[in-house]
Amino acid sequence: MSGEIEISVKNLNLWFGNFQALKNVNIDIPKNAVTALIGPSGCGKSTFIKTLDRMNDLVDNVKFTGEVIYKGRNILNSDTDVVALRKEIGMVFQKPNPFPKSIFDNVAYGPRVHGIRDKKALNEIVERSLKGAAIWDEVKDRLNESALRLSGGQQQRLCIARLLAVEPDVLLMDEPASALDPIATSKIEDLIYELKKEYTIIIVTHNMQQAARVSSHTAFFFLGELVEYASTIDLFERPREKKTEDYVTGKFG
Amino acid sequence: MVVTFNRAVRTLRRSGTRDAGERFIQLILLVCAVSSIFAIFLIIVFVFSQGVPFLAEAGLGFLTTSVWLPADSFAAGTWGIFPIILGSLIVTLGAVAIGAPLGIACAVFLAEIAPPAVRRLLVPSVSALAGVPSVVYGFFALLVIVPWIRGQFGGFGTSILACWIILSVMILPTIISVSTDAVRAVPREYKEGSLAMGATRWQTIRSVLIPAASSGIMASVILGMGRAIGETMAVLLVAGNSVTIPGSIFAPVSTLTATIALEMGYATGAHQQALFAMGVVLFVFILILTGLANLASRRRVTF
Amino acid sequence: MPAKRREIVPMALLWGAGISTIVILIVILAYILAKGLPLISWHFLTTNPGVRGQTGAGIYSTIVATVAVTGVALLVAAPLSVGGAIYLNEYTRENLLRKVIRQAAEVLAGIPSIIIGLFGFLFFVIYLLPYTGGWSVLSAGLTLAFMVLPISLRISEEALKAVPGELREGSLGLGATKWQSITTVVLPTALPGIITGLILGMGRAIGETAAILLTAGGALGVIQSLRDPACPMTLYIYNILTEYNDTSAAYGTAAVLIIAILAITFITDWLMNSYTKKLQGL
Repeated sequence: MSGEIEISVKNLNLWFGNFQALKNVNIDIPKNAVTALIGPSGCGKSTFIKTLDRMNDLVDNVKFTGEVIYKGRNILNSDTDVVALRKEIGMVFQKPNPFPKSIFDNVAYGPRVHGIRDKKALNEIVERSLKGAAIWDEVKDRLNESALRLSGGQQQRLCIARLLAVEPDVLLMDEPASALDPIATSKIEDLIYELKKEYTIIIVTHNMQQAARVSSHTAFFFLGELVEYASTIDLFERPREKKTEDYVTGKFG
Repeated sequence: MVVTFNRAVRTLRRSGTRDAGERFIQLILLVCAVSSIFAIFLIIVFVFSQGVPFLAEAGLGFLTTSVWLPADSFAAGTWGIFPIILGSLIVTLGAVAIGAPLGIACAVFLAEIAPPAVRRLLVPSVSALAGVPSVVYGFFALLVIVPWIRGQFGGFGTSILACWIILSVMILPTIISVSTDAVRAVPREYKEGSLAMGATRWQTIRSVLIPAASSGIMASVILGMGRAIGETMAVLLVAGNSVTIPGSIFAPVSTLTATIALEMGYATGAHQQALFAMGVVLFVFILILTGLANLASRRRVTF
Repeated sequence: MPAKRREIVPMALLWGAGISTIVILIVILAYILAKGLPLISWHFLTTNPGVRGQTGAGIYSTIVATVAVTGVALLVAAPLSVGGAIYLNEYTRENLLRKVIRQAAEVLAGIPSIIIGLFGFLFFVIYLLPYTGGWSVLSAGLTLAFMVLPISLRISEEALKAVPGELREGSLGLGATKWQSITTVVLPTALPGIITGLILGMGRAIGETAAILLTAGGALGVIQSLRDPACPMTLYIYNILTEYNDTSAAYGTAAVLIIAILAITFITDWLMNSYTKKLQGL
């Protein structure tokens, strides 16, 4: 695999109580590229990305072993500042989750909790972030309206803008378009294409066409195991594993 | 100008001061959360500290004998609160007998039948009924219900009947709101299943909804009972407060709550302790009712 | 259809039960307001009660007493109940502690006010006399805090529970700390519900009499400090009814109380509706 590595995962195992959700996962995530995670529901792909920003910590009885190396340290270590980590590794959720605040306040939320109070600076960050998420033109005249009045697709792009405002390095996207219609989906995909120039993106999707369209690398998960990880073209056209082939050709899933 | 976060502060190691701050906040919140437990503890310790020694000295006769002639010292007084306990029970059971059918019917109406416009009127009415101060209920009862009873049936008017009428109204909000929740919580499928078999609305209510909601309805009645037995001001104003075993529903009556409220103002010494002991008796009644209500709402429904 | 005809009686009874609940409320309110409203005037609200409730006097000092006692109760109960609700909903999962606290709040809410009054008398009036001044606004307010606490705790907890979990995830996902997420996203979202709980608790404090009877002292002068004895409106009504011959001031006082309770009912109703709408983004 060419290029720089952003996140390197080594021998990752994860349990919810007695249930092992991830089994000995090893994967290197390339920098400034889109990596897609595919697999049937319950295969562990969502659990996997929630491990990368330690969102699984919110779940009861979660245990993990192994290493996730990011910026030279194992972020699974107990002395990791998960708050600072989540600022650098941001997450876009399956269902858009704007706060019941104005559009402006949604985007300014992150900078504000991180201590930026200056009005001019906030204005600038909000505008830059909304432009970055390709939604500025649609909302620039209604920044003080409630974010909940936006359409589902707009809400999701707003959530991406909200994330860009805290200047993360990595964007995790958990089926970001699964709740959206085809037009809104294609806008999100265009946006992902733009964003990969500056960000490392990991996207979970159940839509294989989407994986093929947006990603350069694809990982196939099945029953908690990483079955195959390759460049997207190779994985879809020349899968090495029988399971992968069955899945990408639609034999199960 | 490009605004950007200071990259230097972005180490991924945990911040000790921030962790400590968050833990401190969590500790304060924990203290707030356990304040309810602490409050009950305080109430029990203080009320029991006065009441239990008296109960120990007076023995079972306190509960079973009928002459109440309190005095400053234990030896000088006569301590029998049986008529008072009986009064509390009579007043409570009668109020529930009147209030429960009305409240349950109102709950079924609210949950199943009321058109939206009526519901929008009824829901705030029930909360307003719950909000009316008990002294105002007592005031109304003293100036409207008591004279009416006096005119219709003779006597003083301050009587068991007056207590029943006003208490049955006062327990309505409790019974209605808890029962409504119980009826609403019945799965839609039960109702739809019954209606689909050609049952009428009333048949469905009677043979599916009410049985399925029965544990919650039972809990609402028990909670209403707790409210009635604990009610003070309205009863104090209309009961007549005579410590005798009442001969009819038009006779005056005395309850635990009213006696405590009435006599606390001037009681001293053993008399005051006796009132605390009555508080302990009342507390035990309430605990039993709360326990029963819990049991009722946990009971598995089969029908 | 015979089945349909058999419906008429039970259906009419259910309608009757619903309508009679509204009618009972209207009768009680109408009676007191009809007799009490004509007595309410600026003079009535701003003049102190006369000796033995003489006609022509007002209820100023009793309003002040009610406000002061309620204020003390809320000042103590509000942080405890909101803080407790935050702890229960945001920092614990379903465990034993949470069950025990919830059960405790339920028991506390069910304790008759006269027992809380007995406790308040013993603890605040007698035991803490050097600090509370004995029978006083402070003793009464602190006693009432025990009654406001469980009401406000339960409703605040429900309000927090109604805040969607995705909002918390969204905030944590942006690198906000837990406490930042609570103060900037969770609490503002739940605020109408929390305020509803506090207002309902306030209504309970305004309307309470039995516990006040044992702790406030009943003095009719305008309080100069929180350690002075006082006579809130509810206690004044009781005193008029049991001690005075002229009961007209009781109508006026009761009417003022009724108006306060109606205002509380409407405000909370409106707040809860706006809360629902807020969560739906309207």
